[in-house]
Amino acid sequence: MSATINVSRRGFLTATGGLVLGFVIPVRSIFAAQRGGAPGGDLFAPPPDGKPNAYIHIGSDDSVTFFIPKSEMGQGPTTACSQMLAEELECDWTNVRMQVAPVDPESFGHQTTVGSQAIRSSWDPLRKAGAEARDMLVRAAAGRWNVNPSQCRVANGFVINTTTNARLSYGSLADEAARLPVATNVPLKDPKQFKIIGKPVKRLDTREKVTGRAQFGIDARPAGLVYAVVEHCPVFGGKVASVDAAKARAVPGVKDVIQLSSGVAVVADNTWAAMQGRRALTVQWDEGPGASLTSAGIRQMFADRVKQPGAVARKEGDLATGLAKASKKVDAAYEVPFLAHATMEPMNCTVHAVGETAEAWVPTQSPTTTRAVIAQTLGLPPERVTFHTTYMGGGFGRRGEGELNHVVEAAELAKHMSVPVRLQWSREDDMQHDYYRPAAYVEFSGGLDRSGFPSVFGAKIACPSFAFLRDGLDPIAVAGLSDLHYEIPDLLVTYHLANTNVPVSFWRAPGAAQNTYFAECFLDELCAAGGRDPVDVRRRLLARTPRLLNVLNLAAENAGWGKPLPAGRFRGVAVGANVGSFNAQVAEVSVTAGKLRVHRVVCAFDCGQVINPAILTQQIEGGIIYGLSATLKGEITIDKGRVQQANFNTYDMVRMDEAPLVEVHLVPSTERPTGAGEASNPTIAPAVVNAIFAATGRRIRKLPVRAADLA
Amino acid sequence: MTTQFVLNGRPQTIDVVPQIPMLWVLRDTLGLTGTKFGCGVAQCGACTVHVDGNAVRSCQMPAQNVAGKSVTTIEGLPADASHPVQQAWLEEDVPQCGYCQSGQIMAAVALLNKNSRPTDADIDTAMRGNICRCGTYGPIRRAIHRAVDLKAKGGRA
Repeated sequence: MSATINVSRRGFLTATGGLVLGFVIPVRSIFAAQRGGAPGGDLFAPPPDGKPNAYIHIGSDDSVTFFIPKSEMGQGPTTACSQMLAEELECDWTNVRMQVAPVDPESFGHQTTVGSQAIRSSWDPLRKAGAEARDMLVRAAAGRWNVNPSQCRVANGFVINTTTNARLSYGSLADEAARLPVATNVPLKDPKQFKIIGKPVKRLDTREKVTGRAQFGIDARPAGLVYAVVEHCPVFGGKVASVDAAKARAVPGVKDVIQLSSGVAVVADNTWAAMQGRRALTVQWDEGPGASLTSAGIRQMFADRVKQPGAVARKEGDLATGLAKASKKVDAAYEVPFLAHATMEPMNCTVHAVGETAEAWVPTQSPTTTRAVIAQTLGLPPERVTFHTTYMGGGFGRRGEGELNHVVEAAELAKHMSVPVRLQWSREDDMQHDYYRPAAYVEFSGGLDRSGFPSVFGAKIACPSFAFLRDGLDPIAVAGLSDLHYEIPDLLVTYHLANTNVPVSFWRAPGAAQNTYFAECFLDELCAAGGRDPVDVRRRLLARTPRLLNVLNLAAENAGWGKPLPAGRFRGVAVGANVGSFNAQVAEVSVTAGKLRVHRVVCAFDCGQVINPAILTQQIEGGIIYGLSATLKGEITIDKGRVQQANFNTYDMVRMDEAPLVEVHLVPSTERPTGAGEASNPTIAPAVVNAIFAATGRRIRKLPVRAADLA
Repeated sequence: MTTQFVLNGRPQTIDVVPQIPMLWVLRDTLGLTGTKFGCGVAQCGACTVHVDGNAVRSCQMPAQNVAGKSVTTIEGLPADASHPVQQAWLEEDVPQCGYCQSGQIMAAVALLNKNSRPTDADIDTAMRGNICRCGTYGPIRRAIHRAVDLKAKGGRA
């Protein structure tokens, strides 16, 4: 007889078959509708107070199952959050199982995994939930023994009577504990007592990922499943004018052709047949006004916009006065192209609509909003949609709150079907209908004081708005420049709104991903103009930012900054501060016969309290590879309103033979934990580009790095 | 059209259109979803399986071409992850999102079956066709070297 119970934050909820669900409250207005509001808003608010938070199940067999309300896209929250719960619960880690939690606003609030927030937003509620559950188990045992709870201690899944040394397992106490009220203000552990937090325990999701059993969105196979693909207008904003589907319908295996708001869907009994049917479609498009768009035109528009007044994002001293008295002045313009996210798992969404209910399987960073979007499209209340948050084959912001075009398509399609349907985008769909990292252009004007140190720093940023535009300023588009940590007396950062009809959105470290390249390379130019060492200058300008200064020193020391290198090797340095964390990187490169090789990257990293150093190191190293792909390879270009790249042969990324040795140095800390997933990728581009300058004397002011830049 | 081949050690008969790539036969027709769709044009390696022991991109392998051959997918490795390559992957905790890892593992197994002690350069050549967007290349390289040691200690091959 199984006596599975739910340990929740506000009360043990007796149940016999899993979570107690069924609470019905309307989900918040979806994120897309919030654009224009404040960044973040209540997205990261703790779960609603006074509501159950069903994080923990303890079975009578002593099994412990944690329900983690964060999405797993490889960044490891399902393991790290389990560590937080287990630490306070004092359970046996080897008995811990983990599941991604169902969508349950009553228990978990708004479930989203964006902005490198998974650890930071879980740090308090999960430790508290673990501690409260432990306290209830102790009181249950004390009741059984008729002793004061202070005469009990816990260890590894047991409550122990300190007088008699009698032991009761958590599983044997679960039923009684479930009937007790939750105590408030159960004290949390002193970090010095941590046994699981801070340890490199193995990930809980690895075994299923090395046996092919891990279930991604693309792997959902509900009974009766049919497969669909969608032909999209190649021009952004274009619409279907007419469709001739006769040949498509004749393709073996094709079941139906259905027009959607964004294109024409072909439904078949396997994905390949659907793809063949799609190729047989004849669609006339109304391409609309976007058909004349080109990358050159966009770049010209950016250059024009920075000549107009912009919105002030940051102002220190007075730029004009500073420039007038500078002993030396430096001007430069930098630019980056649009970039695709290119997650390994192409977009997909599986939906089964049956009357007044529906079921969905989606690889998503934003389960609450995704469920709401599906429900809204089907005309159902959200709670009528049974929602499965699957593993994601990569996220990087592509599967966030406002990037749900494929989800809308799947839900529209499901309305027409009586069986479950999986909408599957091709790699080409994914590349050509992404919400891109915006292209951006910056004009700098800087100057030096008499000692050759930077004293003036002006940046005019032209960039499409990500979101949250207010009074002409998009705080995301200027991130990485508006929050520059260098102490420079005269500093002015302005934003010059420059929208196009290319869809844009969050891409791993939005804003900072490009602005860190701009800022750190231009600062390097100022260092060179003053004849000063780039590490020395940064040290001086960061004297009042101790954590950033510390990682700079740590990276420089471990990279051997200032010490001789083998012939042909050169170093570049950059620092980055975003998602609350600090990092510095030193890249070691060679340029031989016009060929660049990034040999080694030393990264020093401070994100406060480390939950799992192994997973954190994965994130830092992975971020560096992701950022290196953007530095050396990534470029989405537009011609006739169309994306010109289609697959990995035209949008390549760093592969095994180009991956540098990455050496990570973590700063021990008991500060509150901050972000990891988006912390390291912005810093690698300037570290590499500054190293190329050291090697060749050439400044690369436009990414990606091209062969011609190195010749 | 009926095609007969050996799938993960067992005889298999399929009745599909001749040109359909094995990727979709495995995933949609046979329900073996461990093999992943990444690009459809043999550029990323997510769909890597073995055909007669060679690593091939199943997205470019028409079903009719496997007639009479032996096909091994990630599901053909031990379900208890006891293969030395799987063991090495566990010990190095290689995967992040994990989506490319079936293909990475199948490519690594094929490499080690032909080259019992690959150099870093051998690994570069054998593995550069497999993209990992999470950037697990360092751990993959370490895991391949570790698998060599595990195999030498008598792990199942």
